[in-house]
Amino acid sequence: MKSAVIVFPGSNCDRDLAVAFRDATGQAPEMVWHRDTNIPDGVDVIGVPGGFSYGDYLRSGAMAARSPIMRAVAVAAGRGVKVIGICNGFQILTEAGLLPGVLMRNAGINFVCRNVELEIGSSQSVFTNRYQAGEKIAMPVAHHDGNYEADTETLDRLEGEGRIAFRYAEEVNGSARNIAGILNDAGNVLGMMPHPERMIEAAHGRSDGRRLFEGLFELVAA
Amino acid sequence: MTDSASTITPKVVAEHGFTPDEYERVLHALGREPNITELGIFSVMWSEHCSYKSSRIHLAKLPTTGKCVIQGPGENAGVVDIGDGQAAIFKMESHNHPSYIEPYQGAATGVGGILRDVFTMGARPIANLNALRFGRPDHPRMRHLIAGVVHGIGGYGNCVGVPTVGGEVNFHRAYDGNILVNAMTVGIAEQDKIFLSAAAGIGNPVVYVGSKTGRDGIHGATMASADFSEDSEEKRPTVQVGDPFTEKLLIEACLELMASDAIVAIQDMGAAGLTSSSVEMASKGGVGLELDMNSVPCRETGMTPYEMMLSESQERMLMVLKPGREPEAQAIFHKWELDFAVIGKVTDTGHLVLTWNGETICDIPLDPLADEAPKYDRPWVPTPKPAPLANVPESKDLVADLLTLMGSPDIASRRWIWEQYDHMVGADTVQRPGGDAAVVRVHGTSKGLAISTDCTPRYCHADPIEGGKQAIAECWRNITAVGALPLATTDCMNFGNPQRPEIMGQFVGCIKGMAEACRALDFPIVSGNVSLYNETKNDANVAGATGSAILPTPAIGGIGLLADWSKSATIAFKAQGESIWLVGGVPGHLGQSIWLREITGREEGPPPPVDLAAEKANGDHVRGLILDGTATAVHDISDGGLLVALAEMALAGNIGATIDLALDAAKAFGEDQARYVVTTVAGAEIAGALRIGTTGGAAIKLGSGAAAIADLRSAHEGFFPALMTG
Repeated sequence: MKSAVIVFPGSNCDRDLAVAFRDATGQAPEMVWHRDTNIPDGVDVIGVPGGFSYGDYLRSGAMAARSPIMRAVAVAAGRGVKVIGICNGFQILTEAGLLPGVLMRNAGINFVCRNVELEIGSSQSVFTNRYQAGEKIAMPVAHHDGNYEADTETLDRLEGEGRIAFRYAEEVNGSARNIAGILNDAGNVLGMMPHPERMIEAAHGRSDGRRLFEGLFELVAA
Repeated sequence: MTDSASTITPKVVAEHGFTPDEYERVLHALGREPNITELGIFSVMWSEHCSYKSSRIHLAKLPTTGKCVIQGPGENAGVVDIGDGQAAIFKMESHNHPSYIEPYQGAATGVGGILRDVFTMGARPIANLNALRFGRPDHPRMRHLIAGVVHGIGGYGNCVGVPTVGGEVNFHRAYDGNILVNAMTVGIAEQDKIFLSAAAGIGNPVVYVGSKTGRDGIHGATMASADFSEDSEEKRPTVQVGDPFTEKLLIEACLELMASDAIVAIQDMGAAGLTSSSVEMASKGGVGLELDMNSVPCRETGMTPYEMMLSESQERMLMVLKPGREPEAQAIFHKWELDFAVIGKVTDTGHLVLTWNGETICDIPLDPLADEAPKYDRPWVPTPKPAPLANVPESKDLVADLLTLMGSPDIASRRWIWEQYDHMVGADTVQRPGGDAAVVRVHGTSKGLAISTDCTPRYCHADPIEGGKQAIAECWRNITAVGALPLATTDCMNFGNPQRPEIMGQFVGCIKGMAEACRALDFPIVSGNVSLYNETKNDANVAGATGSAILPTPAIGGIGLLADWSKSATIAFKAQGESIWLVGGVPGHLGQSIWLREITGREEGPPPPVDLAAEKANGDHVRGLILDGTATAVHDISDGGLLVALAEMALAGNIGATIDLALDAAKAFGEDQARYVVTTVAGAEIAGALRIGTTGGAAIKLGSGAAAIADLRSAHEGFFPALMTG
């Protein structure tokens, strides 16, 4: 089982995601620099971490989406490699066109950092197979631009195709249809604003995020 | 006046903040008249902010050594031993004046500056805290200032990816014209990888890294060394602008280079920028430096050496490298897309020599610059002891008073603030904001650092000696209350104009009390910062004996160590039917209490006395109860007294309590020190403690009535949202 975490200038959840990958696989992921043009051979799972890539100047995720490594991530995703983008990683994946929609400024204007309640939208994905559809779990959010928006047709498609992986079970940031995380149409790319890597052990209070990584890596290894 | 050919007239000298006597010292130190660049350098180095000229002789009275201390005051930050070859590196620093003028950038660059002080020494920052003081909540300017400061701290800290895990906030009209923004950073390093600032190695290259130098912040240190006046708005251009993205790159680049052995010495460019960093590195090393001003990376064209030396542009560092190591260092900084320039070399002259366009434009002997620096024993008068509190009315309704206090500015929940800070990035924050102390795990270990900032300015104002003691004692107590062993502190001394004897008396008194408490509690001060001249002229809104000065505010930031973070205690009631114990007794001191102020409108009487022997004994007892598993929840008793402490524990656990102790206002809301509330499972006993009740239900039940948790919560959580969004 080989995994990779992309590091952009300004990424700051890269180490936390690497710890989560390592804990789930027993093997530290490759840390891949944004200027690299290739994903290392044999990588089955790519993590695009949270943070403030390029300071989130211009627009969150916009510059990172045009980094050399993102072309390689897109090619890998096209081959079926699993890609998970968390927080700024989700913003980067939408800016890169790997996921539909945009993440706008929170409806409440302020940055928001707290545990929120999530509802599992679909358990029929490689990322959510350890959860039950409709199950309520807790995860932290920490973002300024988490307000998911897309046109009605796209939102209907996401719902109709079971591609809403996570919904907020409470008002958090004004997201359309309470969307917290979505899948691409092939089901191998997940973007989510909440931070599963911050909820994987006793030190985090709960470990609701751990099942995401364990389920993902177990299925990929199978 | 920034042209190097400017004539040095008495007006120019005065504009640089020199008294006639101080200018005589400049002439003596130099042996001749300075040019404008040299005058500017003397000006910032001898400013109150950089020279501590009014405070030095008093700061020397503070205990700064102890068995855990690796590095005390004098470096960029203090260093303490946390076992296993690891060290905690920490400091707190003020950014008061800039934050009042431009709250977002003032607070943001305060965070950036203190982060640099810590990672300069080789530490990865793991926690930020902030101690804030604002004026009256309904002051017309205050909402703007609160929002700006909170957004600035969040905007910087969230982006650099260091969790903001705690802090404190007070409101008082004495801060209407002078808010306080004190920022603290804690980092972790290997003890054999700690970097100091003394330049060494004649001929070694001096290297500039980070952002380019612009015209921002010129004379910021001088601004921080004068009273505010009505024209403070005009000083907005002296406030620096922060770039947290560049800071994040600088952290990673510096730590990457520090993993090698290429660095001889390193210093961040903080207040007084290139001037103070170069002078301090050379002075500490007993060497000279020669710098070529044409090599300094500049953001704007046409900058003069005067401007380059006095700029306070952010996110810059100065390093001395080992000879020949420039290429590998340059490669790292270029990888992180940061400027890297060799701008000079270490010399054996003992002089700071600056060249520009092939000419020497500054030649200052460094020993006289340090030796001749003014050092004042300013006149001071002791603060008169407050009259005893008399004619205190009894509470009409304890439950109503409790609800009022829970929603009062100094006690209400700070959730509105901390939810705007990423307090979890790093995934090691094991006790989040809202408890007695934050607990951050040392990455990859079972160790936890407990961190807290504390000061009760109203106590310091009434009695600086007792207030100084209390600030140290409360910090020690908060760290103890989570089960950690307190190790050491950093102090951020915020006071008014030291040229007024009554203000200097407050400073001297606070230092005396702090020193006594540090000794008694084995809690030395390893780093710190002094911010004077926190006064506003011509402010009719501020009345009282201290004129327009702030309350004396010696903010204390302390750290403690838990061998096993999972043993730490929290304030939340854990289960129904547990026993509630009071450690430290119920004497009932209402002088200077929040109850007296909020319910009767009086700010009177002596503050609660601090019995340091009792503080130590009770704290050691409680820590033992936590570590042996007897205590299921612990909370120290401070602002608002016993009943507020119980209500906070109930809210945190969402479990009520029945209190059997007969209460009156003094017993319910007295702020006596050295006290804790502890819970245990039913049937357990705590020797020497008083059993006062049982957890359970959905209210705090007293003999005289009950306060529902839902009502307590809406009072407690309501204040900030109503203030900021109402």
